[in-house]
Amino acid sequence: MSTWFVSLWQGLPPWSQITLRSLGGIIAILVPLMVAVAYLTFAERKIIGYMQVRIGPNRVGPRGWLQPIADALKLLMKEIIIPTNANKYLFVLAPVLSIGPALVAWAVIPFTSRLVLANINASLLFVLAMTSMGVYGIVIAGWASNSKYAFLGSMRSAAQIVAYEIAMGFALVGVLMVAGTINLREIVLRQSGNVFHWYIWPLFPLFLVYFISGVAETNRSPFDVAEGESEIVAGFHVEYSGMAFAVFFLAEYANMILISALTATMFLGGWMAPFDVAPFTWVPPLFWFLAKVSVLLFFFLWFRATFPRYRYDQIMRLGWKVLIPVTLVWITLIGVVMFFTPWGHHFR
Amino acid sequence: MTFGQFIFYFFAAVLLFAATMVITIRNPVKAALFLVLAFFSAAGLWVLLEAEFLAIALVLVYVGAVMVLFLFVVMMLDVNLVRLSEGFGEYLPIGGIVAVLMVLEMTVILGSRHFGLQRFPAPAGHAANYSNTRELGMQLYTVYVYPFELAALVLLVAIVAAIALTLRRRARTKYQDPSLQVQVRRQDRVRIVKMAAEKKT
Repeated sequence: MSTWFVSLWQGLPPWSQITLRSLGGIIAILVPLMVAVAYLTFAERKIIGYMQVRIGPNRVGPRGWLQPIADALKLLMKEIIIPTNANKYLFVLAPVLSIGPALVAWAVIPFTSRLVLANINASLLFVLAMTSMGVYGIVIAGWASNSKYAFLGSMRSAAQIVAYEIAMGFALVGVLMVAGTINLREIVLRQSGNVFHWYIWPLFPLFLVYFISGVAETNRSPFDVAEGESEIVAGFHVEYSGMAFAVFFLAEYANMILISALTATMFLGGWMAPFDVAPFTWVPPLFWFLAKVSVLLFFFLWFRATFPRYRYDQIMRLGWKVLIPVTLVWITLIGVVMFFTPWGHHFR
Repeated sequence: MTFGQFIFYFFAAVLLFAATMVITIRNPVKAALFLVLAFFSAAGLWVLLEAEFLAIALVLVYVGAVMVLFLFVVMMLDVNLVRLSEGFGEYLPIGGIVAVLMVLEMTVILGSRHFGLQRFPAPAGHAANYSNTRELGMQLYTVYVYPFELAALVLLVAIVAAIALTLRRRARTKYQDPSLQVQVRRQDRVRIVKMAAEKKT
Protein backbone atom coordinates (compact mmCIF):
# COMPACT_ATOMS: atom_id res chain seq x y z
CA MET A 1 0.00 0.00 0.00
CA SER A 2 2.72 2.47 0.97
CA THR A 3 4.82 1.56 -2.09
CA TRP A 4 1.76 2.35 -4.20
CA PHE A 5 1.58 5.81 -2.70
CA VAL A 6 5.31 6.34 -3.22
CA SER A 7 5.07 5.37 -6.88
CA LEU A 8 2.01 7.62 -7.30
CA TRP A 9 3.93 10.53 -5.74
CA GLN A 10 6.96 9.98 -7.95
CA GLY A 11 4.75 9.73 -11.01
CA LEU A 12 3.60 13.31 -10.52
CA PRO A 13 5.42 16.07 -12.43
CA PRO A 14 7.89 18.04 -10.25
CA TRP A 15 5.93 21.32 -10.32
CA SER A 16 2.85 19.62 -8.88
CA GLN A 17 4.98 17.93 -6.22
CA ILE A 18 6.18 21.37 -5.09
CA THR A 19 2.67 22.77 -5.20
CA LEU A 20 1.21 19.87 -3.24
CA ARG A 21 3.96 20.01 -0.64
CA SER A 22 3.50 23.76 -0.12
CA LEU A 23 -0.26 23.34 0.01
CA GLY A 24 0.13 20.63 2.63
CA GLY A 25 2.44 22.89 4.63
CA ILE A 26 -0.01 25.79 4.44
CA ILE A 27 -2.88 23.61 5.63
CA ALA A 28 -0.72 22.18 8.42
CA ILE A 29 -0.09 25.73 9.65
CA LEU A 30 -3.46 27.35 9.07
CA VAL A 31 -5.77 24.70 10.52
CA PRO A 32 -4.02 24.57 13.93
CA LEU A 33 -3.78 28.37 13.80
CA MET A 34 -7.54 28.72 13.36
CA VAL A 35 -8.17 26.27 16.18
CA ALA A 36 -5.69 28.21 18.32
CA VAL A 37 -7.50 31.46 17.53
CA ALA A 38 -10.85 29.91 18.48
CA TYR A 39 -9.54 28.62 21.79
CA LEU A 40 -7.59 31.82 22.44
CA THR A 41 -10.91 33.66 22.53
CA PHE A 42 -12.17 31.03 24.96
CA ALA A 43 -9.03 31.29 27.08
CA GLU A 44 -9.37 35.06 27.08
CA ARG A 45 -12.91 34.96 28.41
CA LYS A 46 -12.04 32.33 31.00
CA ILE A 47 -8.82 33.98 32.21
CA ILE A 48 -10.30 37.46 32.41
CA GLY A 49 -13.29 35.89 34.13
CA TYR A 50 -11.15 34.34 36.83
CA MET A 51 -9.16 37.57 37.22
CA GLN A 52 -12.44 39.35 37.87
CA VAL A 53 -13.62 36.59 40.23
CA ARG A 54 -16.21 35.25 37.79
CA ILE A 55 -16.37 31.84 36.16
CA GLY A 56 -16.65 32.83 32.53
CA PRO A 57 -18.45 30.79 29.85
CA ASN A 58 -19.31 27.34 31.21
CA ARG A 59 -22.60 26.34 29.59
CA VAL A 60 -21.83 25.06 26.07
CA GLY A 61 -20.29 21.62 26.24
CA PRO A 62 -18.29 20.27 29.18
CA ARG A 63 -16.96 23.26 31.19
CA GLY A 64 -17.76 25.52 28.26
CA TRP A 65 -15.25 23.88 25.90
CA LEU A 66 -17.58 24.15 22.90
CA GLN A 67 -18.22 27.88 23.37
CA PRO A 68 -15.92 29.02 20.50
CA ILE A 69 -17.65 26.58 18.11
CA ALA A 70 -21.02 27.95 19.10
CA ASP A 71 -19.75 31.51 18.60
CA ALA A 72 -18.41 30.70 15.16
CA LEU A 73 -21.70 29.04 14.14
CA LYS A 74 -23.65 32.04 15.35
CA LEU A 75 -21.48 34.44 13.36
CA LEU A 76 -21.79 32.25 10.25
CA MET A 77 -25.59 32.39 10.44
CA LYS A 78 -25.78 36.19 10.71
CA GLU A 79 -26.50 38.41 7.76
CA ILE A 80 -23.75 40.67 6.43
CA ILE A 81 -25.29 44.12 6.20
CA ILE A 82 -23.70 46.68 3.91
CA PRO A 83 -24.62 50.22 4.98
CA THR A 84 -26.21 52.64 2.52
CA ASN A 85 -23.76 54.72 0.50
CA ALA A 86 -20.94 52.51 1.71
CA ASN A 87 -18.32 51.66 -0.85
CA LYS A 88 -19.35 48.08 -1.56
CA TYR A 89 -16.14 46.64 -2.98
CA LEU A 90 -13.85 48.23 -0.43
CA PHE A 91 -16.26 47.32 2.36
CA VAL A 92 -15.94 43.65 1.45
CA LEU A 93 -12.24 43.93 0.64
CA ALA A 94 -11.27 45.41 4.02
CA PRO A 95 -11.61 42.22 6.13
CA VAL A 96 -9.68 40.30 3.46
CA LEU A 97 -6.86 42.87 3.55
CA SER A 98 -6.89 42.59 7.31
CA ILE A 99 -6.53 38.82 7.58
CA GLY A 100 -4.30 38.27 4.53
CA PRO A 101 -1.07 39.73 5.98
CA ALA A 102 -1.83 38.18 9.38
CA LEU A 103 -1.77 34.72 7.77
CA VAL A 104 0.95 35.27 5.14
CA ALA A 105 3.55 36.17 7.78
CA TRP A 106 3.24 32.65 9.23
CA ALA A 107 4.98 31.27 6.14
CA VAL A 108 8.42 32.20 7.49
CA ILE A 109 7.99 31.48 11.21
CA PRO A 110 10.38 28.70 12.27
CA PHE A 111 8.47 26.33 14.55
CA THR A 112 11.51 24.11 14.99
CA SER A 113 14.83 23.97 13.16
CA ARG A 114 13.20 21.93 10.38
CA LEU A 115 9.53 22.90 10.63
CA VAL A 116 9.45 26.08 8.60
CA LEU A 117 7.39 26.50 5.44
CA ALA A 118 9.64 28.97 3.62
CA ASN A 119 13.17 29.32 4.99
CA ILE A 120 13.99 32.50 3.08
CA ASN A 121 17.00 34.74 3.63
CA ALA A 122 15.22 37.96 4.47
CA SER A 123 12.48 36.45 6.61
CA LEU A 124 12.72 39.07 9.38
CA LEU A 125 12.18 41.88 6.86
CA PHE A 126 9.39 39.87 5.23
CA VAL A 127 7.54 39.58 8.53
CA LEU A 128 8.01 43.29 9.22
CA ALA A 129 6.69 44.21 5.75
CA MET A 130 3.69 41.91 6.07
CA THR A 131 2.68 43.08 9.53
CA SER A 132 2.92 46.68 8.34
CA MET A 133 0.30 45.92 5.67
CA GLY A 134 -2.35 44.92 8.19
CA VAL A 135 -3.28 48.55 8.82
CA TYR A 136 -4.88 48.83 5.37
CA GLY A 137 -7.71 46.56 6.35
CA ILE A 138 -8.56 48.80 9.30
CA VAL A 139 -8.15 52.09 7.43
CA ILE A 140 -10.21 50.95 4.45
CA ALA A 141 -12.89 49.47 6.70
CA GLY A 142 -13.27 52.81 8.45
CA TRP A 143 -13.44 54.77 5.24
CA ALA A 144 -15.68 52.42 3.27
CA SER A 145 -18.27 52.06 6.05
CA ASN A 146 -19.54 55.59 5.56
CA SER A 147 -19.81 56.06 9.30
CA LYS A 148 -18.27 58.74 11.50
CA TYR A 149 -17.41 56.33 14.30
CA ALA A 150 -15.72 53.89 11.99
CA PHE A 151 -13.81 56.70 10.34
CA LEU A 152 -12.57 58.07 13.67
CA GLY A 153 -11.45 54.58 14.63
CA SER A 154 -9.47 54.09 11.45
CA MET A 155 -7.82 57.53 11.75
CA ARG A 156 -6.67 56.71 15.24
CA SER A 157 -5.43 53.33 14.15
CA ALA A 158 -3.43 54.68 11.22
CA ALA A 159 -1.61 57.23 13.36
CA GLN A 160 -0.97 54.70 16.11
CA ILE A 161 0.37 51.97 13.87
CA VAL A 162 2.70 54.28 11.97
CA ALA A 163 4.09 55.56 15.29
CA TYR A 164 4.67 52.16 16.86
CA GLU A 165 6.03 50.56 13.75
CA ILE A 166 9.12 52.76 13.97
CA ALA A 167 9.82 51.63 17.53
CA MET A 168 9.20 48.03 16.47
CA GLY A 169 11.59 48.31 13.53
CA PHE A 170 14.31 49.84 15.69
CA ALA A 171 13.91 47.08 18.28
CA LEU A 172 14.48 44.56 15.50
CA VAL A 173 17.56 46.47 14.33
CA GLY A 174 19.06 45.63 17.73
CA VAL A 175 18.26 41.94 17.23
CA LEU A 176 19.84 41.78 13.80
CA MET A 177 22.92 43.66 14.99
CA VAL A 178 23.53 41.03 17.64
CA ALA A 179 22.52 38.08 15.48
CA GLY A 180 24.25 39.27 12.31
CA THR A 181 21.54 37.74 10.15
CA ILE A 182 17.96 38.48 9.09
CA ASN A 183 16.94 34.86 8.73
CA LEU A 184 14.60 33.98 11.61
CA ARG A 185 15.84 30.38 11.78
CA GLU A 186 19.46 31.56 11.99
CA ILE A 187 18.49 34.07 14.68
CA VAL A 188 17.18 31.23 16.84
CA LEU A 189 20.23 29.07 16.11
CA ARG A 190 22.49 31.92 17.33
CA GLN A 191 20.69 31.74 20.66
CA SER A 192 21.40 28.05 21.18
CA GLY A 193 22.81 26.96 24.51
CA ASN A 194 20.86 27.61 27.66
CA VAL A 195 18.54 30.31 28.88
CA PHE A 196 21.41 32.77 29.35
CA HIS A 197 22.19 32.76 25.63
CA TRP A 198 18.77 34.10 24.72
CA TYR A 199 18.67 37.62 23.39
CA ILE A 200 16.26 38.79 26.07
CA TRP A 201 19.20 39.45 28.43
CA PRO A 202 21.47 41.69 26.34
CA LEU A 203 18.47 43.28 24.65
CA PHE A 204 16.08 43.52 27.57
CA PRO A 205 14.89 47.13 26.87
CA LEU A 206 14.39 46.23 23.21
CA PHE A 207 12.38 43.18 24.25
CA LEU A 208 10.09 45.40 26.31
CA VAL A 209 9.79 47.95 23.49
CA TYR A 210 9.08 45.23 20.94
CA PHE A 211 6.39 43.58 23.02
CA ILE A 212 4.71 46.87 23.94
CA SER A 213 4.76 47.93 20.29
CA GLY A 214 3.38 44.51 19.39
CA VAL A 215 0.46 45.03 21.74
CA ALA A 216 -0.10 48.45 20.18
CA GLU A 217 0.17 47.10 16.62
CA THR A 218 -2.48 44.48 17.24
CA ASN A 219 -4.83 47.13 18.68
CA ARG A 220 -5.15 45.25 21.93
CA SER A 221 -5.92 46.93 25.19
CA PRO A 222 -4.51 49.15 26.67
CA PHE A 223 -3.89 50.47 23.13
CA ASP A 224 -7.32 49.68 21.70
CA VAL A 225 -8.37 53.26 20.93
CA ALA A 226 -9.18 52.12 17.39
CA GLU A 227 -12.22 50.33 18.76
CA GLY A 228 -12.63 52.14 22.10
CA GLU A 229 -16.13 50.95 23.00
CA SER A 230 -16.83 53.73 25.44
CA GLU A 231 -16.00 56.52 22.98
CA ILE A 232 -16.64 55.39 19.41
CA VAL A 233 -18.87 52.30 19.87
CA ALA A 234 -16.64 49.72 18.18
CA GLY A 235 -14.42 51.87 16.02
CA PHE A 236 -13.49 50.68 12.57
CA HIS A 237 -15.69 47.57 12.58
CA VAL A 238 -18.85 49.18 13.94
CA GLU A 239 -20.76 48.60 10.67
CA TYR A 240 -19.61 45.03 10.19
CA SER A 241 -21.74 42.04 11.08
CA GLY A 242 -21.67 38.28 10.73
CA MET A 243 -18.72 36.65 9.02
CA ALA A 244 -17.20 39.97 7.87
CA PHE A 245 -16.88 40.98 11.52
CA ALA A 246 -15.60 37.53 12.42
CA VAL A 247 -12.79 37.88 9.89
CA PHE A 248 -11.59 41.07 11.60
CA PHE A 249 -11.76 39.21 14.88
CA LEU A 250 -9.76 36.30 13.47
CA ALA A 251 -7.15 38.70 12.10
CA GLU A 252 -6.72 40.40 15.47
CA TYR A 253 -6.19 37.13 17.29
CA ALA A 254 -3.97 35.67 14.56
CA ASN A 255 -1.86 38.82 14.85
CA MET A 256 -1.64 38.38 18.61
CA ILE A 257 -0.33 34.85 18.17
CA LEU A 258 2.03 36.07 15.45
CA ILE A 259 3.52 38.80 17.62
CA SER A 260 3.97 36.29 20.46
CA ALA A 261 5.63 33.82 18.11
CA LEU A 262 7.98 36.51 16.80
CA THR A 263 8.87 37.67 20.29
CA ALA A 264 9.58 34.07 21.29
CA THR A 265 11.69 33.59 18.15
CA MET A 266 13.77 36.72 18.47
CA PHE A 267 14.17 37.18 22.20
CA LEU A 268 13.30 33.89 23.93
CA GLY A 269 15.28 31.42 21.86
CA GLY A 270 12.43 30.04 19.72
CA TRP A 271 12.29 26.26 20.01
CA MET A 272 15.37 26.00 22.25
CA ALA A 273 15.03 24.31 25.63
CA PRO A 274 15.91 26.57 28.57
CA PHE A 275 18.64 24.20 29.79
CA ASP A 276 20.66 21.77 27.75
CA VAL A 277 20.43 18.92 30.28
CA ALA A 278 18.49 15.70 30.53
CA PRO A 279 14.89 16.38 31.61
CA PHE A 280 14.61 19.48 29.43
CA THR A 281 16.00 17.90 26.28
CA TRP A 282 13.49 15.01 26.45
CA VAL A 283 10.71 17.42 25.61
CA PRO A 284 10.29 17.97 21.83
CA PRO A 285 11.44 21.43 20.60
CA LEU A 286 8.00 22.29 19.23
CA PHE A 287 6.63 22.09 22.76
CA TRP A 288 9.11 24.71 24.00
CA PHE A 289 8.16 27.03 21.16
CA LEU A 290 4.44 26.67 21.84
CA ALA A 291 4.99 27.06 25.59
CA LYS A 292 6.83 30.35 25.09
CA VAL A 293 4.12 31.57 22.74
CA SER A 294 1.44 30.63 25.27
CA VAL A 295 3.18 32.51 28.09
CA LEU A 296 3.40 35.64 25.94
CA LEU A 297 -0.25 35.27 24.94
CA PHE A 298 -1.15 35.08 28.60
CA PHE A 299 0.51 38.49 29.00
CA PHE A 300 -1.77 39.88 26.28
CA LEU A 301 -4.81 38.69 28.21
CA TRP A 302 -3.37 39.82 31.52
CA PHE A 303 -2.82 43.35 30.14
CA ARG A 304 -6.41 43.46 29.02
CA ALA A 305 -7.67 42.50 32.46
CA THR A 306 -5.35 44.92 34.26
CA PHE A 307 -4.74 48.20 32.46
CA PRO A 308 -7.24 50.94 31.64
CA ARG A 309 -7.22 52.23 28.08
CA TYR A 310 -4.60 54.85 27.18
CA ARG A 311 -5.78 58.25 26.10
CA TYR A 312 -4.86 59.12 22.51
CA ASP A 313 -2.24 61.73 23.44
CA GLN A 314 -0.72 59.35 25.97
CA ILE A 315 -0.32 56.72 23.25
CA MET A 316 1.46 59.19 20.99
CA ARG A 317 3.70 60.35 23.81
CA LEU A 318 4.67 56.80 24.78
CA GLY A 319 5.41 55.85 21.19
CA TRP A 320 7.39 58.87 20.04
CA LYS A 321 8.93 60.21 23.22
CA VAL A 322 9.63 57.08 25.26
CA LEU A 323 9.91 53.93 23.14
CA ILE A 324 11.80 55.36 20.14
CA PRO A 325 14.48 57.15 22.25
CA VAL A 326 14.94 53.98 24.35
CA THR A 327 15.59 51.90 21.22
CA LEU A 328 17.98 54.50 19.77
CA VAL A 329 20.02 54.67 22.97
CA TRP A 330 20.17 50.89 23.32
CA ILE A 331 21.18 50.35 19.67
CA THR A 332 24.04 52.81 20.11
CA LEU A 333 25.07 51.14 23.36
CA ILE A 334 25.04 47.68 21.75
CA GLY A 335 27.16 48.99 18.89
CA VAL A 336 29.71 50.49 21.27
CA VAL A 337 29.84 47.33 23.37
CA MET A 338 30.23 45.13 20.28
CA PHE A 339 33.14 46.99 18.75
CA PHE A 340 34.95 48.94 21.47
CA THR A 341 34.91 46.73 24.56
CA PRO A 342 36.76 43.50 25.28
CA TRP A 343 33.57 41.46 25.78
CA GLY A 344 32.16 42.41 22.37
CA HIS A 345 33.07 38.98 20.92
CA HIS A 346 30.10 37.50 22.81
CA PHE A 347 27.85 39.27 20.34
CA ARG A 348 29.82 38.83 17.15
CA MET B 1 6.78 30.02 -21.22
CA THR B 2 8.54 29.14 -18.00
CA PHE B 3 6.94 29.71 -14.62
CA GLY B 4 9.24 32.67 -13.96
CA GLN B 5 8.16 34.33 -17.19
CA PHE B 6 4.53 33.74 -16.35
CA ILE B 7 5.03 35.42 -12.98
CA PHE B 8 6.83 38.32 -14.65
CA TYR B 9 4.06 38.95 -17.16
CA PHE B 10 1.41 38.61 -14.48
CA PHE B 11 3.03 41.16 -12.18
CA ALA B 12 3.85 43.46 -15.10
CA ALA B 13 0.23 43.38 -16.29
CA VAL B 14 -1.08 44.13 -12.79
CA LEU B 15 1.48 46.91 -12.42
CA LEU B 16 0.48 48.57 -15.71
CA PHE B 17 -3.22 48.20 -14.94
CA ALA B 18 -2.82 49.67 -11.44
CA ALA B 19 -0.65 52.53 -12.70
CA THR B 20 -3.24 53.40 -15.33
CA MET B 21 -6.01 53.29 -12.77
CA VAL B 22 -4.08 55.65 -10.46
CA ILE B 23 -4.30 58.46 -13.00
CA THR B 24 -7.71 57.69 -14.51
CA ILE B 25 -9.92 56.81 -11.54
CA ARG B 26 -11.97 59.68 -10.12
CA ASN B 27 -11.96 58.88 -6.42
CA PRO B 28 -8.64 59.94 -4.83
CA VAL B 29 -8.84 57.27 -2.12
CA LYS B 30 -9.18 54.56 -4.75
CA ALA B 31 -6.32 56.15 -6.69
CA ALA B 32 -4.13 55.90 -3.59
CA LEU B 33 -5.12 52.26 -3.15
CA PHE B 34 -4.24 51.50 -6.76
CA LEU B 35 -0.86 53.14 -6.15
CA VAL B 36 -0.41 50.68 -3.29
CA LEU B 37 -1.18 47.84 -5.69
CA ALA B 38 1.33 49.27 -8.17
CA PHE B 39 4.06 49.38 -5.51
CA PHE B 40 3.25 45.84 -4.51
CA SER B 41 3.50 44.52 -8.07
CA ALA B 42 6.76 46.39 -8.57
CA ALA B 43 8.09 44.70 -5.43
CA GLY B 44 7.09 41.35 -6.94
CA LEU B 45 9.11 42.16 -10.07
CA TRP B 46 12.13 43.08 -7.96
CA VAL B 47 11.97 39.76 -6.17
CA LEU B 48 12.24 38.11 -9.58
CA LEU B 49 15.50 40.04 -10.08
CA GLU B 50 16.85 38.52 -6.81
CA ALA B 51 16.74 41.97 -5.19
CA GLU B 52 14.71 40.80 -2.22
CA PHE B 53 15.99 43.50 0.12
CA LEU B 54 14.89 46.31 -2.18
CA ALA B 55 11.55 44.59 -2.81
CA ILE B 56 10.76 44.15 0.85
CA ALA B 57 12.01 47.65 1.67
CA LEU B 58 9.67 48.99 -1.01
CA VAL B 59 6.72 47.25 0.63
CA LEU B 60 7.86 48.16 4.14
CA VAL B 61 8.57 51.85 3.51
CA TYR B 62 6.21 52.86 0.73
CA VAL B 63 3.27 50.51 1.27
CA GLY B 64 3.57 50.19 5.03
CA ALA B 65 4.30 53.78 6.01
CA VAL B 66 4.25 56.41 3.24
CA MET B 67 1.03 55.30 1.62
CA VAL B 68 -0.71 54.93 4.98
CA LEU B 69 0.01 58.59 5.68
CA PHE B 70 -1.01 59.47 2.13
CA LEU B 71 -4.29 57.65 2.57
CA PHE B 72 -4.71 59.31 5.95
CA VAL B 73 -4.57 62.74 4.32
CA VAL B 74 -6.57 61.88 1.21
CA MET B 75 -9.36 60.29 3.22
CA MET B 76 -9.84 63.43 5.26
CA LEU B 77 -10.05 65.70 2.22
CA ASP B 78 -13.57 66.46 1.10
CA VAL B 79 -12.82 66.51 -2.60
CA ASN B 80 -15.51 67.80 -4.91
CA LEU B 81 -15.27 65.45 -7.90
CA VAL B 82 -17.31 67.71 -10.20
CA ARG B 83 -14.99 70.64 -9.62
CA LEU B 84 -11.99 68.42 -10.29
CA SER B 85 -13.14 67.39 -13.74
CA GLU B 86 -13.91 70.98 -14.79
CA GLY B 87 -11.70 72.47 -17.47
CA PHE B 88 -10.59 69.06 -18.73
CA GLY B 89 -10.88 70.16 -22.39
CA GLU B 90 -9.08 73.41 -21.67
CA TYR B 91 -5.94 71.72 -20.42
CA LEU B 92 -6.10 68.78 -22.81
CA PRO B 93 -3.91 70.25 -25.62
CA ILE B 94 -1.09 71.31 -23.30
CA GLY B 95 -1.27 68.09 -21.32
CA GLY B 96 -1.34 66.08 -24.52
CA ILE B 97 1.76 67.80 -25.89
CA VAL B 98 3.62 67.19 -22.62
CA ALA B 99 2.56 63.55 -22.59
CA VAL B 100 3.63 62.95 -26.20
CA LEU B 101 6.98 64.63 -25.56
CA MET B 102 7.57 62.52 -22.48
CA VAL B 103 6.75 59.32 -24.34
CA LEU B 104 9.15 60.33 -27.14
CA GLU B 105 11.95 61.13 -24.71
CA MET B 106 11.46 57.91 -22.83
CA THR B 107 11.54 55.82 -25.99
CA VAL B 108 14.77 57.54 -27.03
CA ILE B 109 16.45 56.95 -23.68
CA LEU B 110 14.90 53.70 -22.50
CA GLY B 111 14.72 52.09 -25.93
CA SER B 112 16.35 48.80 -26.78
CA ARG B 113 19.44 50.66 -28.06
CA HIS B 114 20.49 51.53 -24.50
CA PHE B 115 18.59 49.00 -22.42
CA GLY B 116 18.37 46.11 -24.84
CA LEU B 117 19.15 42.52 -23.95
CA GLN B 118 22.59 42.71 -25.58
CA ARG B 119 23.50 45.66 -23.33
CA PHE B 120 22.09 44.12 -20.17
CA PRO B 121 22.22 40.36 -20.37
CA ALA B 122 20.15 38.51 -17.79
CA PRO B 123 22.20 38.24 -14.58
CA ALA B 124 23.46 34.80 -13.73
CA GLY B 125 21.44 33.11 -10.99
CA HIS B 126 23.03 33.06 -7.56
CA ALA B 127 23.36 30.21 -5.13
CA ALA B 128 20.60 29.70 -2.57
CA ASN B 129 22.71 31.13 0.27
CA TYR B 130 23.49 34.36 -1.63
CA SER B 131 22.22 37.26 0.43
CA ASN B 132 21.29 40.36 -1.51
CA THR B 133 20.92 42.24 1.76
CA ARG B 134 24.49 41.54 2.87
CA GLU B 135 25.83 42.48 -0.56
CA LEU B 136 23.90 45.76 -0.55
CA GLY B 137 25.08 46.59 2.97
CA MET B 138 28.70 45.90 1.98
CA GLN B 139 28.44 48.26 -0.98
CA LEU B 140 26.61 50.97 0.95
CA TYR B 141 28.92 51.06 3.94
CA THR B 142 32.25 50.63 2.18
CA VAL B 143 32.28 51.90 -1.40
CA TYR B 144 29.44 54.38 -1.16
CA VAL B 145 29.78 55.41 2.46
CA TYR B 146 30.22 59.14 1.77
CA PRO B 147 27.20 59.53 -0.55
CA PHE B 148 25.23 57.47 1.94
CA GLU B 149 26.17 59.69 4.89
CA LEU B 150 25.50 62.80 2.79
CA ALA B 151 22.02 61.53 1.92
CA ALA B 152 21.39 60.87 5.61
CA LEU B 153 22.49 64.41 6.45
CA VAL B 154 20.23 65.90 3.79
CA LEU B 155 17.30 63.92 5.19
CA LEU B 156 18.13 65.10 8.70
CA VAL B 157 18.10 68.72 7.54
CA ALA B 158 14.77 68.08 5.83
CA ILE B 159 13.33 66.67 9.05
CA VAL B 160 14.55 69.64 11.08
CA ALA B 161 13.17 72.05 8.50
CA ALA B 162 9.78 70.34 8.37
CA ILE B 163 9.49 70.36 12.15
CA ALA B 164 10.62 73.98 12.39
CA LEU B 165 8.04 75.01 9.79
CA THR B 166 5.11 73.24 11.43
CA LEU B 167 5.94 73.69 15.10
CA ARG B 168 3.80 76.46 16.50
CA ARG B 169 3.38 77.03 20.18
CA ARG B 170 0.33 78.88 21.25
CA ALA B 171 0.73 80.74 24.50
CA ARG B 172 -2.58 79.70 25.96
CA THR B 173 -2.54 75.99 25.15
CA LYS B 174 -2.59 73.85 28.26
CA TYR B 175 -0.28 70.88 28.33
CA GLN B 176 -0.20 68.05 30.78
CA ASP B 177 3.06 67.26 32.47
CA PRO B 178 3.18 63.48 32.86
CA SER B 179 5.95 63.59 35.46
CA LEU B 180 3.85 65.88 37.65
CA GLN B 181 0.83 63.64 37.09
CA VAL B 182 2.75 60.61 38.28
CA GLN B 183 4.00 62.38 41.39
CA VAL B 184 0.56 63.28 42.65
CA ARG B 185 -0.17 61.91 46.14
CA ARG B 186 -3.52 61.30 47.68
CA GLN B 187 -3.15 64.27 50.02
CA ASP B 188 -2.95 66.67 47.05
CA ARG B 189 -6.35 65.69 45.73
CA VAL B 190 -8.53 64.32 48.51
CA ARG B 191 -9.42 65.92 51.81
CA ILE B 192 -11.18 63.66 54.26
CA VAL B 193 -13.61 65.49 56.47
CA LYS B 194 -14.88 63.96 59.68
CA MET B 195 -18.52 64.74 60.39
CA ALA B 196 -20.72 63.74 63.25
CA ALA B 197 -23.61 61.51 62.27
CA GLU B 198 -26.90 63.35 61.92
CA LYS B 199 -30.14 62.10 63.29
CA LYS B 200 -33.28 62.17 61.20
CA THR B 201 -35.86 64.35 62.80
